Amino acid sequence: MRIGAIVGRALAIAGTVAALSFAFAAAGSAAAKDIALTFYYPISVGGPIPKIIDGYVAAFEKENPGVTIKPIYAGAYDDALIKTLTAFKSGTSPDIAVLLTTDLFTLIDQNVIEPIGPLLKTAADRAWLASFYPVFMDNSRADGQTWSIPFQRSTILVYWNKAAFAAAGLDPDKAPSTWDDMVADGQKLTRRDAGGQVSQWGIEIPSTSGPQWMLQGMTLANNVRLANQAGTQTYFDKPAVIEALQFWVDLSRKYRIEPPGTIGWGTTPQDFFERKTAMMWQSSGNLTNVRTNAGFPFGVGMVPAHSTRGSPTGGGNFYLFKNMTAEQRDAALKFVEWMTTPERAADWSIATGYIAVRPDAWQTPAMQKYLAGFPDAAVARDELRYAAAELSTHDDARVGKALDDNIQAALIGAKTSAQAMKDAQAQAARILRPYQ
Amino acid sequence: MQNPDQTKKRADGAPSPLVGEGNRLSVPQHLRVHIHGWLLLLPAAVLLVAFTYYPAVRTIFDSLFSTPRGVRGAVFVGMDNYAAMLADPVFVRALVNNFVYAACVIPLTIALALSMALWVDGRIAGRPFLRLSFFTPTVLPMIAVANIWLFFYAPGYGLLDQILGLFGFSAHNWLGDQHTALACLIAVAIWKDAGFFMIFYLAALQQISPQLAEAAALEGASRWYFFRRVTFPLLMPTTLFVLVNAIINSFRLVDHIVVMTQGGPDNATALLLFYIYEVGFKFWDTAYAATLTVVLLTLLAVFALGQFLILDRRIHYQ
Repeated sequence: MRIGAIVGRALAIAGTVAALSFAFAAAGSAAAKDIALTFYYPISVGGPIPKIIDGYVAAFEKENPGVTIKPIYAGAYDDALIKTLTAFKSGTSPDIAVLLTTDLFTLIDQNVIEPIGPLLKTAADRAWLASFYPVFMDNSRADGQTWSIPFQRSTILVYWNKAAFAAAGLDPDKAPSTWDDMVADGQKLTRRDAGGQVSQWGIEIPSTSGPQWMLQGMTLANNVRLANQAGTQTYFDKPAVIEALQFWVDLSRKYRIEPPGTIGWGTTPQDFFERKTAMMWQSSGNLTNVRTNAGFPFGVGMVPAHSTRGSPTGGGNFYLFKNMTAEQRDAALKFVEWMTTPERAADWSIATGYIAVRPDAWQTPAMQKYLAGFPDAAVARDELRYAAAELSTHDDARVGKALDDNIQAALIGAKTSAQAMKDAQAQAARILRPYQ
Repeated sequence: MQNPDQTKKRADGAPSPLVGEGNRLSVPQHLRVHIHGWLLLLPAAVLLVAFTYYPAVRTIFDSLFSTPRGVRGAVFVGMDNYAAMLADPVFVRALVNNFVYAACVIPLTIALALSMALWVDGRIAGRPFLRLSFFTPTVLPMIAVANIWLFFYAPGYGLLDQILGLFGFSAHNWLGDQHTALACLIAVAIWKDAGFFMIFYLAALQQISPQLAEAAALEGASRWYFFRRVTFPLLMPTTLFVLVNAIINSFRLVDHIVVMTQGGPDNATALLLFYIYEVGFKFWDTAYAATLTVVLLTLLAVFALGQFLILDRRIHYQ
């Protein structure tokens, strides 16, 4: 029968279609079991960072079948933030990113990150959150929530050239421990000929690429904070802040132990290697670089104290982004936990020069062995006792620029320290008004 | 001048196109030509609209709204962003810096490019090497150039201080001094672009007929007179082209600022586009960045109009 044949063929086709779509559905559900995550990370120190990160990710994937993580190098810290926010706005946000700790309020205000607290389910999770150095967590908290997990952290160290100290009649094994000591040592170390030509400066404190971080090495030693914990109010015009800035200005104008004008962040280590400066303030993240390139014995010390001892922390934390499914969030948290185990934190610290972010990481055999061969690596950790959170506010980049511009204006002599900090405070107050 | 329709009517004896049968055929054909033309224009038009006109119009539109932040959307604020801009000292500083920068970079680059072209156009020993060495800076990316110059300017051991030291000058913090930082960036920009513009001048010089030089020599014209009255006027079309590019570059190229000074010290080297980048991508104040962009657009539009309306008329094209 013709009709029957047609119906039969139609049924056969329908059956095939149904079978095919079932097959596709099955394939689809199989794929859904694989949780895919994107991970942005920045690079701001030397070394084969992408290789190390790729190695970590591969090891994590091997231990956690069903989760695939795509690590993407996103440039320097600034670029990484720009890329992350742009990607978020275009709907292709990363799920995990390492960004500056001071980006916290920017990320909260843009409404793109997920608080960590509600994701913790077990006692082990909560113990993990409590395992970090408390000072590293200071930049993680806002609005009663924890938003980020310490990963690549640093602080300011003083590097000194032991040969230059010996040549100047100073104890080569002793760094200046107070502001006064630093000035006295600096004056002995600065070599000036009869014509006023300087062949070696006493000290260089870099003042480009965010001089506020270095200033905090002085304000914290002068026992003053630059902003409140909520990031809504700044204290730039407090007398103790002005005094700290004046000290920095005096290093070049009054004591003449530092080159006049602003000093490049990137060229400071080179100046140190070229023996153009006998001391420098730099990130602890530069330790490996200095160790590799200094052609003379060098020492590493804490930022000198004034009315107290203090140094700002710096560096990057893990953030988790919104728009993840529940499974993705769990997997992302698992990855961050895995990346910050004591063994991994120790390994990452040894490979890069960052400070291992939890005390138990320093007790691991690998770290103990490393410290035995290179005791200077522990100085930054010991400085944490005196360290405090880095300045971070709402509209952080803009407030930071108001401060940076005015620090530079004071250093180049365009404004007095008092005027500069008064201007910075007025600008910051105007910027922060909407958040109060 | 006769109406083409009338000419046509007389030529083929057909009635006026407005009435009669001929019209029925000529309109579709007319349309077809138009459609054909528009289709040919379409790819370019789509690209122009998508990447030039739409963003420009959208920028002006966005500059009238506030920046959306998190859950708060954008609201219409009228000219508020413009008022804030005029009261913004960093904007004023960046604008003044940019004019100083352009006023130095443009004439010096063109003068240098022309001198180099005249030199390597002559018969001198080692000409290919000279041409190559003049052109090399153009091939390097600006980021690489800036990183090289960063160490030229390094106080004390930098190339500049080492050379000046031979003549007894003391070390100077070139990029850290507000009086010299902008000049340092200007020097980099000139060094980078002069070789590129030299190529255009060189090509133009080789187009000038040698007969002119022979005739001038017969007349006893001096070389300077010949350059002033013959060579330079004949190079004017190239000069206009180079000028347009130099102006655009002086507002467009800020890579070296990012590498060398980040706008410092205290905004002494902030240029308009660099400040737009900071406001847009560091402060995420997109509305204010749009407002600043409108200023940049207006400036470039005024320059372009001036060049094409005023200069173009005075130029002799061969």
